[in-house]
Amino acid sequence: MRYAETGYNLEINLSTGNIEKVETDPELTKMHLGGLGTNARLLWDRVPPETEPFSPDNLLIFGTGLLCGTPAIGANRTIISTYSPQTLFMAFSMMGGFFAPELKYAGYDKVIFSGKSPNLVYIWINNDKVEIRDASHLQGEGAVQTEKLIREELKEPNAQVAAIGLAGENRVYMASIEHGRSSASRLGLGAVMGDKGIKAIAVRGTNDVNVARPVELINFCTDILKYIPERDGNPIPGVMPILAGLGSPKEMLIHDEKWHTENFMWGNARTRIKDYWNRDVEDKWKESQENARKRLISCYNCPMECGAIISVPGIATYMMKCFSKLTYTMAAYSDLDFGFRIAQRATEYGVDGFSMPQVMAFALELYEAGILTDEDFPGMPSDNEERFFWLLDRIVRREGIGDILADGVYWAARRIGKGAEEYDHNTIKKHEQLPLKLSMLNPIYFLMWATGEKINITQIEGNFPQAPFPTREEREEFVKDWVHVPDEKFKEYFLEWELRGENSFPYYPPVDATCEIVDWQETMHYIDDSLGLCAGLSSFPLKPPYHIHNLPILISTAAGIDMDKDKLWEIAKRNRTLLRAINVRRGLRREDDRPPENHWKKRFPELEVQLLDQYYKLKGFNNDGIPTRESLRELDMDYVGEDLEKRGIYNNGESKKES
Amino acid sequence: MAKVKKKVKVIKIDTDKCNGCRSCEVICSAFHATDKYSITNPSRARIRLIREPLQDVYLPVYAGEYTPAECMGRDKYIVDGKEYEECAFCRASCPSRDVFKEPDSGLPLKCDMCEDDPEQEEPLCVKWCLSDALTYEEREEEVEEEVLLDEMETGLKSLVDKYGLNNLIDSIARMSQKD
Repeated sequence: MRYAETGYNLEINLSTGNIEKVETDPELTKMHLGGLGTNARLLWDRVPPETEPFSPDNLLIFGTGLLCGTPAIGANRTIISTYSPQTLFMAFSMMGGFFAPELKYAGYDKVIFSGKSPNLVYIWINNDKVEIRDASHLQGEGAVQTEKLIREELKEPNAQVAAIGLAGENRVYMASIEHGRSSASRLGLGAVMGDKGIKAIAVRGTNDVNVARPVELINFCTDILKYIPERDGNPIPGVMPILAGLGSPKEMLIHDEKWHTENFMWGNARTRIKDYWNRDVEDKWKESQENARKRLISCYNCPMECGAIISVPGIATYMMKCFSKLTYTMAAYSDLDFGFRIAQRATEYGVDGFSMPQVMAFALELYEAGILTDEDFPGMPSDNEERFFWLLDRIVRREGIGDILADGVYWAARRIGKGAEEYDHNTIKKHEQLPLKLSMLNPIYFLMWATGEKINITQIEGNFPQAPFPTREEREEFVKDWVHVPDEKFKEYFLEWELRGENSFPYYPPVDATCEIVDWQETMHYIDDSLGLCAGLSSFPLKPPYHIHNLPILISTAAGIDMDKDKLWEIAKRNRTLLRAINVRRGLRREDDRPPENHWKKRFPELEVQLLDQYYKLKGFNNDGIPTRESLRELDMDYVGEDLEKRGIYNNGESKKES
Repeated sequence: MAKVKKKVKVIKIDTDKCNGCRSCEVICSAFHATDKYSITNPSRARIRLIREPLQDVYLPVYAGEYTPAECMGRDKYIVDGKEYEECAFCRASCPSRDVFKEPDSGLPLKCDMCEDDPEQEEPLCVKWCLSDALTYEEREEEVEEEVLLDEMETGLKSLVDKYGLNNLIDSIARMSQKD
């Protein structure tokens, strides 16, 4: 019997209409767990690196985490993977909600799409019965509305639906895949889904998911449920509100936005407004939020309530989570009320709330600078907020300048030319980043921004505090119940860390310690992404319920895989290395591993070289950021090393000496 | 008739506090698995969340008695401006809908307040509901002592219901003559 997983993938070829239920190899689960790990393995094995993202040969994989569908608290993530049309590297974006557990109950660990449908279709997975259905009547329909319409059409109120909006249909590079309160937004997954002609996937499942050691598992989960309110009821003093407790984070609950509004940049990642947050703003924003928010809502089997039902008078109800609350607001130098209003339209269109606002702010900067002119914006309103609505419509429809902007800041800047490239100052690997511009280089964040394979800081940062605590006493207090550290040395790194003086940025933590801190945080994300656990209970907050010491118990009791800390660490390393290898095969090299030039004012080139060198060494990469044959062999992935060698990837530049 | 004290178990459902996580369904289906906790399958749960996010409808409902027939009419409730679908508040496992039935056999499901072996101190759905949408109370009530029919009497009563008293007496009379 297979535990936690179903042991089957659903293969759907949209070109031929062929649908197959395929048994999977349990050895792959032992090697990679599930979710991101096995998704990556499928891409490596089946999609050659020359494949264009919009080719029928590209796969679009909806993978459930290994623990989704079991009673494991917060195991509900769907990990969607393909090749990104924007970065051209592997894209993986994830969503919470209810889709992954439902897919498990329908009897599948993954749905793997290949080919391309000539007409717009939706997929209806009802246990063993799977249909490709016409979706021409849903063309142009909003993503949230589509979910509702499909449930009504199927007369199945319990079906879980993931859908694209107009942005995905039009292959906009910022297109997301929406699912209720959740979305897989980053890196253009919605565009690939639209390219394949899939408007939506509806799933309903009524089968069992088995677990290996039931009583032990339930006792473990009960302990987690006991810890969550204890931890949330004891916020960590001295850190910003969303990081004081648990969650992914709880942006819908929290009113205090002093930290974001004063530390993040407004406009096109351009202006920092210190002292923005005053009593008037606080009152006004609080009122906007209280009025718009109808209910705090959770994902499947998780008590965290990170999302909300948002209903602003005069516009349709939708759901929101996380930081999209502020991205439109800050890009437009506007207020929270505007943020809630425009996010409704953006959610129906199905676009990434990180990238889209920046693309629009970038366009308006080019307009102000005279690089784009009135001719590029025929009929654009004069009101600032109205301009954002207008631009959003144009980009999603790929009309006029919108067609160029729909490829994101990096590509748009190069197509526009005339110095527009200078305004592309906040992308990494061609992908828009959180709008942060800071002063002193932070070595930990330098490495995370530079090397994160998800190309998104929130998917690599987490368990180690973002900044030192001012006094020794506070630090000692913090480490007292810090059982989460993989090794006691992390407590020392933290205890010695000062705001000023010798033991402060940029030379503290020392290079070795910095790499270990990054390695720990990154490893936890890779574990979550293979298990389908939400980072909000695990790799993202400080002192979360899940950590490297108790996750092996969860995995062995649920999935029946013999597990300990070292084995788990090795699997995470294997998955991380495989992702790197996939991207290396598509051209990723050291020169791509760098944050925007102006991310910090004070840069330290020599130190940065040392940091990258040491990080690569720790990860088993050569100096060009390529996993070495030796480290691949150690991770039982010699087949990867062989392939890289056959392709001559080790014979370029510095890599020659290494291999 | 004599009055006796009876323990009444109450689950209070505060729909305003429900966040829609469905942990209640998870633990219910796991607890009631034949091999305890060995499977998870919300469609076997004896509690269901009726959920219409865009209408802000979040309504946990427990499985009650089985009924062999549908109601003649259907109700619609409008509470605080929110319209609840017909049957939303009904606990019955009934032919008009597919909830509260085992997905394989179609046999009806019924909440037993986790009195199943081993009896839990409170229903597990309540224990797993951290938002306090579900809370548990016990109270004592004085009720009239039930007259318990013995087994034979119960059986006879059902025969009377089915065939009528006179037919039954005739049959018994005939049977006794044969002996």
